[in-house]
Formats: sequence, structure tokens, C-alpha cells
Amino acid sequence: MTSMKVLLVDDEMELIQTLAERLALRDIEAEVATDRKGALELVEAKEFNVVILDMVLQRVKGTEVLKDIKKVRPELPVILVSGRGSDEDFREVKSMGAFDYLIKPVAIDALIEKMKEAVKA
Amino acid sequence: MHDAASPWRKTEDGQSRYVRLWRWVVVIMTLVSFTPLIILTFLNYFQYKNAIREEIKERVNHITGMTKHSIEFFLAERAAALVLITNERSYDELKDQGELQVVFAHLKNALGGMVDLSVIDPDGKQVSYVGPYARELAGKDYSEQEWFNKVIVQGHYVSDVYMGYRNLPHFVIALSASDKDGRSYVLRATIDSSTLDELLRSVNVAPPSELFIINHEGILQTPSNRHGELLGKANIPTPPYVDHAVVSQIKDPQGLELIQGHAYIDNSPFILMVLKDPSAAGKNWFALARNLWLILIFSMVLILLIVMWISYYLVSRIRLADEQRTQALHKIEYTNKMASIGRLAAGVAHEINNPLAIINEKAGMMMDMIGIIENFPEKEKVSKLMEAIQNSVGRCSRITRRLLRFAKHIDLQIESIDLEQLAREVISFLEHEAKFRKIAIEVIAKGEIKPIESDRGQLQQVFLNILNNSLNALSESNREGKIKVSIYPEDMGFVSIKFMDNGPGIPDEHMKQIFDPFFTTRSEGTGLGLSITYGIVQKLGGRIEVQSELGVGTSFTIFLPSGNMIGGDIK
Repeated sequence: MTSMKVLLVDDEMELIQTLAERLALRDIEAEVATDRKGALELVEAKEFNVVILDMVLQRVKGTEVLKDIKKVRPELPVILVSGRGSDEDFREVKSMGAFDYLIKPVAIDALIEKMKEAVKA
Repeated sequence: MHDAASPWRKTEDGQSRYVRLWRWVVVIMTLVSFTPLIILTFLNYFQYKNAIREEIKERVNHITGMTKHSIEFFLAERAAALVLITNERSYDELKDQGELQVVFAHLKNALGGMVDLSVIDPDGKQVSYVGPYARELAGKDYSEQEWFNKVIVQGHYVSDVYMGYRNLPHFVIALSASDKDGRSYVLRATIDSSTLDELLRSVNVAPPSELFIINHEGILQTPSNRHGELLGKANIPTPPYVDHAVVSQIKDPQGLELIQGHAYIDNSPFILMVLKDPSAAGKNWFALARNLWLILIFSMVLILLIVMWISYYLVSRIRLADEQRTQALHKIEYTNKMASIGRLAAGVAHEINNPLAIINEKAGMMMDMIGIIENFPEKEKVSKLMEAIQNSVGRCSRITRRLLRFAKHIDLQIESIDLEQLAREVISFLEHEAKFRKIAIEVIAKGEIKPIESDRGQLQQVFLNILNNSLNALSESNREGKIKVSIYPEDMGFVSIKFMDNGPGIPDEHMKQIFDPFFTTRSEGTGLGLSITYGIVQKLGGRIEVQSELGVGTSFTIFLPSGNMIGGDIK
């Protein structure tokens, strides 16, 4: 299996750290960022196959971060996750070039499946 | 039977307040309509009554005036005849019995009622006489009699009526004259008063009205039917002197109201009396009054019926409007309630999903570690505990997803949908479960069902929710479960889809709540399914009805517009 490198962006450090560890156990390298700035620095500095981005970060909407990422790396697939799934959010992120929009909590197998789809696409 | 908006249809709390409203409207409208009608009728009644009375008075006045002139003419005519005799004949000629006989014969031929004629010398001694009492009156001396003195003084005299020798009523006209030698004498004629009676009878007056003559002392000079005997005192007061005909209202001794006309006859002691009973003259008035009252009663009945009908119509419309407004308010209230609950649900779901995700990952991590570490103590037990945590997370997640779906704004995507095909599609999702629970589901489309314009996803959700509800209900029942989905075309461009099951039915006390959010009778239910269904059907421009009978089954019927009626218009 081709090794994947993923960036996890969420203000819940507990969540993304654990998720990163679990992904690592499945041979997926994951880095974490809890804010817009950290996420952007990592995207600019390193190569990722996919980004998992929370819709609601501290003081900023996930869509803003999505825009920033798309500016720097337009081809990088981004999967948005959110505690609230709304049709409006779904339509908005899709129109902004996000690969998909998932509702928390997401089972790890389902998440990996979605990441693989994103990378392939 | 009353129609749906009738004021008499009872409300849940008993007697309809619209009946009271109707009564009030009827009472007020009736009063407002009747009052002027009654006032007008009474005014008319009295006006007519007065007009008729005035007309009677006018007629009495006319008769009185006319008859006064006739009597005066009658007396003047006879007085003039006597004057003519005195002018044509000398005193000496008149003293001659034979000559007087000739004159009397001419006089009698010319004027009716003449009884006798006599000549009296200045000393009051009768010098000649022609008539039936020649023997009794021969040489009679009148010098001491009052009438003789009056003739001498006044030159002319008409006596009261009195009974003569033949016991017949008569009166006297006398005048004093003087011949060319300056000798004065009196010419006296007696007149049968029946001629006066005839004169009065010739005036056409229908009984009980009557005409008669009294003298200044109130003694009847001509017969009367109701007011006393001839030459007796009349039973009505003697009216005061006026030189013309006068009409007044009097009461006779029996208290009967009478219209009285009277006139003093010039140069005589006579007073003409005309008496008329106004009620007797009022046959026309009675008919008029009866018609007036009949019209009043007829109008009142007609007005009352119209008022009752109009009030019924108005109050029914008011009731209908009130009920529609109440329904609209309930709908708004329900929509607001749903919206509030929706916002709350979305907030709760969002807040719960984040920690739930952390629990999920932590539990997942533990599971990963148990898998990796070979000699993990109590590995199996801890694995089961972790699985239980993950299952609970999954259950929570399903609840929050339902909450989110409930809260979600329904974004409609309108397309042409074959309802039968859609129903079969949804049933195919549930095929395994139905088979497992031994429940038969059949779809029947009756009549020509054209494809409708609606949202496929939302309708799938609606069908799924109702079918799930039926499946759950049938699982609780012991008998062989059946669900029948019937699709019918309806009036006004609607289509109905009826989901009928033979489950245990819904108790009455639950019927009002089944569409309320979070209302459920199942321990593992969220109580959102039917609530979501209700909201979707409304959004799609339709409505949902439920009927249920305990022990027989439940049917949900969805009415959907054939065209796109979202937002209220058919597009």
C-alpha cells in the first residue's frame, strides 16, 4: 500500500492527536495543526496527500482555511468534517473545491476509505 | 343537521358561544328594525284617525250650514208670503172672512204645512180666522199673550213648537202690518211642524247620526231617536249662541263620543242640531286600521325571518373565519415550535458530536493498542468494554444525526416522480426486514396516477418513516402483519398515498401527540420520525392525516399536490 501523508486540522488537540496515532498504526503519516496559521505553514512547508479539516476552528471558519489551502495548493484534496451537518455547509464547501463533507464522529475505516478516494481522484 | 360553520354546532366545551352571538345579533337587529316600523305604524294610525275625524267634522259642518240655510229659507219663505198678503190686501179685506178664505186657499196651495190663518186687531182681538178651529178661536183675545207683544214690538215672530187643539205639533209665524190708513194689525199663520220634520228628513243622514231642532231652552222641537222626546228636554246641553254653524266634540249621557254640529236659526227660537257617531262612520276606518295592523304584523314576521337568516349567515361566516384563524394560529404555533426545537436540536447535536468524536477516537485508540500489545491483561474483557463504548458512541451518533436531520432546512429538489415506482423503491429497502418479521407489503395504484412534481429524497424519507412506523407497530402485534400502500388520484390536483396496517392501533390519548417532536412509545425510539414526516409533507405543499382504531389498525394518508405547490402556488 502506498503510504499516505495527511494533515489533520482541528482545534480539539485531543482528537487529532489520537487520530494521528491511530492513523500511524495503519501506516498513514499524519501531522496536526490546531489553527489556521499552523495549518498554512505546514501546507506550505510539506507535501501532503490529503487534508482533514474541521469546519469550526477557534475564531475562524474551516471554509476560510480551505480557501487559504486552495490558494497555495489547489490540487490538494481537502475533506471537511463537522459536528453539524447542514446542506448549506455541504454545498458551500463543495463549491469551494472540497472533496467531501463528513459528520463527526467518523469511524476510522470510513475516514481512511474517504482519504483513499480523495487521493485517487 | 347543521353545516360545519353553523352557530349550533357544539364546541368541545359545550354550548357554542356563537349561538349567544346569534341571539344578540337577532335581538339588536330586530329592535333596530322594529322600532321605527312600530313608531311609523302608530303615527300613521293616529294620523289617519285624526284625518278621518276631521273629514267627519267637515261633513257635519257642511250639513249643519246647509240645513241652517234651508230652515231659514223655509221660515223666510212663509214670512214673505204673509208680507205679500198684507201688501196685496187691505186690513178691511182681510177682516172679511170670505176674503181671508180665498187668501188662505192660495197660501195653502203655494206653501205646504199651513194649518190656519188669522187676523188680529191692534188690541189683540182676533177679527177673522180661517182654519180648523174657527169655533174654538172665534173672537179670541191675545192681548195678554207674550207672543202678541213680541210681534207688536219686533214686527215679526216665530213661536216654539207646541201642541195645539188637535194635539199635533205646530208653530206660529206672525207679523205686524199697517194699512194705508195707518191701522196696524197682526197676521198670524199656524204651520204644521211635520213640514219642518220633512225638511230635516230630506237631508240624507244615515242613522245613527241624526238631525233635530231644539229651542233656546233645550226643548226638542222635532223628534229625535236618541236624545229625548218631542217637546221634552233634550239629553244634551244647549250649545251657546254663535251666528254660524259650529262643530264640536261632545259626550252623550251614555258617555258615547259624538261629533256635534249646531247652528242658531236666524229670527226664530230654533237651534239646529246635527249629531254624528264617529265610530259608526268608521267602517272604512276600521278596514284601514285592520289593514294597517295586518301590514305591520306581516312586515314584522318577514323582518324577523330575514334578520334570523342574515344573522345565521353572518355568524356562520364569523365562526368559519374564527376557526380558520385559530387553525392558522395553531399551524404557526406548531411551525414555531418545530423551528425552536430544530435550532435547539442542531445546537445540541453539534456540541455533542465533538466530544463524541474524541470518545470515539480514544476508544478506537484503546482497541488499536489492545490489538497491538500481545500480552494485554484481561485482553478479552477490555476489548468487550471498548466495543461497548464504541457501540454507545455509534448509538449516540445515530441520535445526533437524526436530530440534525430534523433541524435541517429542507432544501427541495423538484423533479417528476412516479409515486408507485417510488413506493416500490422504498419498500425494497425494507424488504429484508419485512420478510424477517413476516410482514407482507403490497402497493396498489388506483386510477390513472400521473407523475407528480416533488422532491424525491424528501418523499423517500416520508415513505420510509411511515413504513418504519408501521413495521415497528406490527412487530408488537401477534397477528400476521400486512401493510397496504394505496395511491389514488384526488380532486383539486392532489394525489393521496395511504399506508394502512393491521397493527394494534394508536390509543386516543396518543393521537394528538403523534406528530410532536420527541413523542415516542418505544424505548429505543427518538420520537422524531413522524415529526420530520409532518414537516416534510408540509414543505411539499401537502398534508397528512391519520386514522386509527385499536385492535384494527392504523392508516396514514398523505395528500400531495400533483404540480409543484411549494410556497403555495402551483408552478
